[in-house]
Amino acid sequence: MRPFRYSRAVDVADAVRLAGSPGARYLGGGTNLVDLMRETIEQPDALVDVTAMPGEIEETPEGGLLIGAAVRNTALAEHPAVRTRYPVLSRAIVAGASAQIRNMATLGGNLLQRTRCAYFYDNHGSRCNKRQPGQGCDALEGFHRNHAILGASAACIAVHPSDMAVALAALDAVVHLQGRNGSVRSLPVTDLHRLPGERPDVDTLLEPGELITAIELPPLPATLRSTYRKVRDRSSYAFALVSVAAVLDIADGEIRDVRIALGGVAHKPWRATRAESVLRGGSGTAAAFAAAADAELAEARPLPGNAFKIELARRTIVAVLRELAGDSA
Amino acid sequence: MSIAKDAKDLAKGMLQGLMGKAVAMAPDSWIPGGEPDPLIRVRHGHVGKPVSRIDGPLKVAGAAPFAAEFPMEGMVYAALVYSTIAKGRILAINVAQAEAAPGVRAVMTYRNAPRIARPPVFMSDQKAAGGDDLPVMQEDFVRWNGEPVAVVLADTQEQADHATTLVAVSYELETPMTDFASAKDAGTRTAVFMGQALHQEIGDAEKALAAAAFRVDSHYSTPRHSHNAIELHAVTAAWIGGVLRLHDASQLVAHTAWSLGQMFGIPEDKVVVTSPFVGGGFGGKCLWQHQVLASMAAKLVGRPVRMVLSREGVYRIVGGRALTEQRVALAADAEGKLKAVVHTGTTAKTASNMMAEPFIVATRSMYESETFKLDVQVVELDMLANTFMRAPGEAVGTFALECAMDELAEALDIDPVELRIRNEPEMDPTSGLPFSSRNVVEAWRTGAERFGWSRRSAVPGTVRDGEWLVGMGCATGTYPYYRMPGGAARITLNAEGRASIDIAAHEMGMGTATAQTQVAAERLGLPMGAVSFHYGDSTLPGVVLAGGSQQTASIGASVIAAHRALVKELLAMAGNDSPLAGLKPDEVASRDGGLCRIDDPARHETYVSILSRAGKGSISAEGEAPMPLETQHWSMHSHAAMFCEARVNSVTGEVRIARFLGSFDCGRILNPKTAASQLRGGIIMGLGLALMEETQFDERNGRIVNASLSEYHVPVHMDVPDIDLIWTDIADPHTPMGARGIGEIGITGTAAAVANAVYNATGKRIRDLPITLDKLL
Ligand SMILES: Cc1cc2nc3c(=O)[nH]c(=O)nc-3n(C[C@H](O)[C@H](O)[C@H](O)COP(=O)(O)OP(=O)(O)OC[C@H]3O[C@@H](n4cnc5c(N)ncnc54)[C@H](O)[C@@H]3O)c2cc1C
Repeated sequence: MRPFRYSRAVDVADAVRLAGSPGARYLGGGTNLVDLMRETIEQPDALVDVTAMPGEIEETPEGGLLIGAAVRNTALAEHPAVRTRYPVLSRAIVAGASAQIRNMATLGGNLLQRTRCAYFYDNHGSRCNKRQPGQGCDALEGFHRNHAILGASAACIAVHPSDMAVALAALDAVVHLQGRNGSVRSLPVTDLHRLPGERPDVDTLLEPGELITAIELPPLPATLRSTYRKVRDRSSYAFALVSVAAVLDIADGEIRDVRIALGGVAHKPWRATRAESVLRGGSGTAAAFAAAADAELAEARPLPGNAFKIELARRTIVAVLRELAGDSA
Repeated sequence: MSIAKDAKDLAKGMLQGLMGKAVAMAPDSWIPGGEPDPLIRVRHGHVGKPVSRIDGPLKVAGAAPFAAEFPMEGMVYAALVYSTIAKGRILAINVAQAEAAPGVRAVMTYRNAPRIARPPVFMSDQKAAGGDDLPVMQEDFVRWNGEPVAVVLADTQEQADHATTLVAVSYELETPMTDFASAKDAGTRTAVFMGQALHQEIGDAEKALAAAAFRVDSHYSTPRHSHNAIELHAVTAAWIGGVLRLHDASQLVAHTAWSLGQMFGIPEDKVVVTSPFVGGGFGGKCLWQHQVLASMAAKLVGRPVRMVLSREGVYRIVGGRALTEQRVALAADAEGKLKAVVHTGTTAKTASNMMAEPFIVATRSMYESETFKLDVQVVELDMLANTFMRAPGEAVGTFALECAMDELAEALDIDPVELRIRNEPEMDPTSGLPFSSRNVVEAWRTGAERFGWSRRSAVPGTVRDGEWLVGMGCATGTYPYYRMPGGAARITLNAEGRASIDIAAHEMGMGTATAQTQVAAERLGLPMGAVSFHYGDSTLPGVVLAGGSQQTASIGASVIAAHRALVKELLAMAGNDSPLAGLKPDEVASRDGGLCRIDDPARHETYVSILSRAGKGSISAEGEAPMPLETQHWSMHSHAAMFCEARVNSVTGEVRIARFLGSFDCGRILNPKTAASQLRGGIIMGLGLALMEETQFDERNGRIVNASLSEYHVPVHMDVPDIDLIWTDIADPHTPMGARGIGEIGITGTAAAVANAVYNATGKRIRDLPITLDKLL
């Protein structure tokens, strides 16, 4: 770890001001950033702790929720409004990491955690275009069982590791941002992260120094059901091989609304828009679910070590939709 | 180091009072015609009681000092820089920036490191402890990816860690051999293990195989595994007045002291290694580069040095289990009697160690068969030296053999339990020796009954619970009884009638100190609270490896020898005024805090009385364990019948273990509580072996890619089901206390029981570990 300066922001304005220099980074729970600093993959010269920023979980006038960026993962998952109205989000959060890590981790930090590609982490011994653009990618012909099948590039096949972000993608959440110069904007969460392309070193569309201030969840009709299913190599404390967040509104066998997002398959939480359009307005049968999954996965480009993810994703999507459809299918 | 003194159980032990059982002296060997250890007959004493760990309170209070917790005056902290190539010359190491970093005292590289000899590699000498025999930071040459190339020494750990990032190394790369397939293509050699070629043929097994009515012939593979004891490898080293003082985390203190003495060119008594507590060993806490580098660094800077490996560091410099590719072919007649057992395959080692994963060893004594063909081939790779890991050989060998038995049972349409019972040998099938004690059939029958094996559906893929397919599987586990030469112990009795046992043995968390205090108390006729067990110090008697599950027997035999010596001296001291006057050592027994005549317990005198009449403050006697001749006369093995119920998700292929039962025949159980933890721990490690453990070794450059516990998976709590344990508790008449070691057997057979249960659930045979969900889709 390199020496760095530490300061603690009292509010949003304070945070963006303190993070004014190019080498500054925001610090949430530190469960990812500090690990990466230990490996010298991240080398900020200043950390601005944003966990003291005010911002809780509030009802919006539209009937949704506004969640401050510093809210801890545990607090968010356990919040009664989240548990009852957005079970997909609660479940996604508790499916991630461990209780200790979730107690530390913040909403903003979780969204911006970096990939777990082992070559990315092996700072000195392996090549990685995400760490050092142009260096090459050791995962392409190495261990890539956990890597992307959708939207990857020749430069990078890493996946985004967050479970929570997958649920947020399915919920059409909106990210509220504040820039260094005080400018305020918001982005659909699905536009926050980017695909690797030629620049895998750039994870998101954030401007330098831009701060996540809050996440807004739009209201969900009471008839909607949602859930999250994570498939992994052990019962707990493992990242997703494939995960599915889905929101379904079905009545009399007809799908009124559906939103599906996939985790563990791409450089960003993968909103399955193709599958959704196959389903929307159609009937909620097992065959339709399978056709929708196939439509989404037709674009998948696997490598030898991760080809199983296509079948795994297909099966998991179908199983999740069938579960949500329940007797209505 | 006495832990009994500090433990609350002390008081409890005192209250248990005197035993009132006369324990005659044990023979000092167990060869044919000899007497079994009389302790075996004592049924209601200390031995066999579920005594809680005497070090438990200390550990719970955080007061048990581990290797990284010994403060020393003027100590500096060390951090390592690891090579990033597998083979080649170091062209340049730039340490200037690191040396200039805050708090840095020195940076050690091959250029300024003290000159020392190579490590004596384990098994090259009785006391050799080295994981390999490569020079330690002596040359500009790198021999594996991850080899330490620089040590930074600083006032704090953080400063040292930081400065390692400022060291720049450049290399001239040579082409390493890191690819298993290419190495095999270049040619294999017959492996040698403990001086013996791993090759044996009885009859013509291939011919018998071809001619048999029923046969199976399959290939199995197991990946590399890394050691992941919870306690990171750590050492605090100092040179004090010409003596090298090491606080280590070790399962072989005497070996380490001797080996470091050889390397530094000093007598072994100028090296003192202590290791009072160890947070898990499993074969990994031996002599690797960190102890050597810390000792060298302490010399270089003239200060004590603490070196705690990071988790990555453990992956880079502490060897693990090598990969294996195995073929098992079995032939049988219609009744299921084996006609041929073929178990062959290939593993990898390095040119610098003597450890070829001996995956055929269990097959030598498991089943009766007319013919055998056993063979291990080996290739040498440019990698970190592989090493011993819990049940080396048996853990992965029983996976292949016991899956093949399951496949054969199906081919024959015979119940897998029954098939094993039908092939129970009368005597060791490959050595011809009689068994010392073998009750596998009993373990199978009681285990099957308790597990509810009869409820298993013989047709795979037929039991379903919602999305989950449910199956049962079983397998035999086995591990030999070993006792290595070199055991010795000292017993000291003081005027208050308290005894202390001194032996250079080890407590790695398994309960050694507790169980051995029970045994010694019984043997000496003392309450537990009057006995303290001192261990973990190379200056104590004995060369006792806590490995090969042999420590219990080695300590037992050593204490027996010391007890004989002590009794002799006590009788001489008692003289003619004692009720014991005129008695010979073989005529007396220990009882009620003293000695008595075996057949006339009223002729008794307490230790306190003997010492006080002689005006002595204490008496001390040392004894050496005899050579382990018992293993030459008998085939000595523990066994287990392992039963597993697995659930496999039909959508995702995820495997979850619902239930597990281990039914053991492993000699007399000295302490059911600590024993159960050992057996259960072994099974849990076996579940990891079956389902998730795998070191990702990048064959392109020999780099271990998943060098962290977040990417290298071991079971979490939720992966571990209820584990039911039963045992025969039948004493082995040819071992000290009737006990056989139990540290390793739990991991054997477990992976096969899981794989067989997965097959029963799904109809899919997974012959390549670990059984990850992609293999079941
Ligand atoms: C062993 C292990 C297992 C794990 N398993 C899982 C898992 O299964 N599933 C899963 O989803 N996650 C898992 N995690 C990851 C965990 O969820 C993340 O580490 C955590 O959510 C990060 O949150 P944080 O607040 O600690 O972020 P930090 O580490 O503090 O920050 C992460 C990044 O976000 C930036 N940042 C923080 N707050 C803001 C803000 N308000 N605005 C702008 N930038 C900000 C930081 O600058 C940094 O770049 C695991 C982590 C570990 C260590």
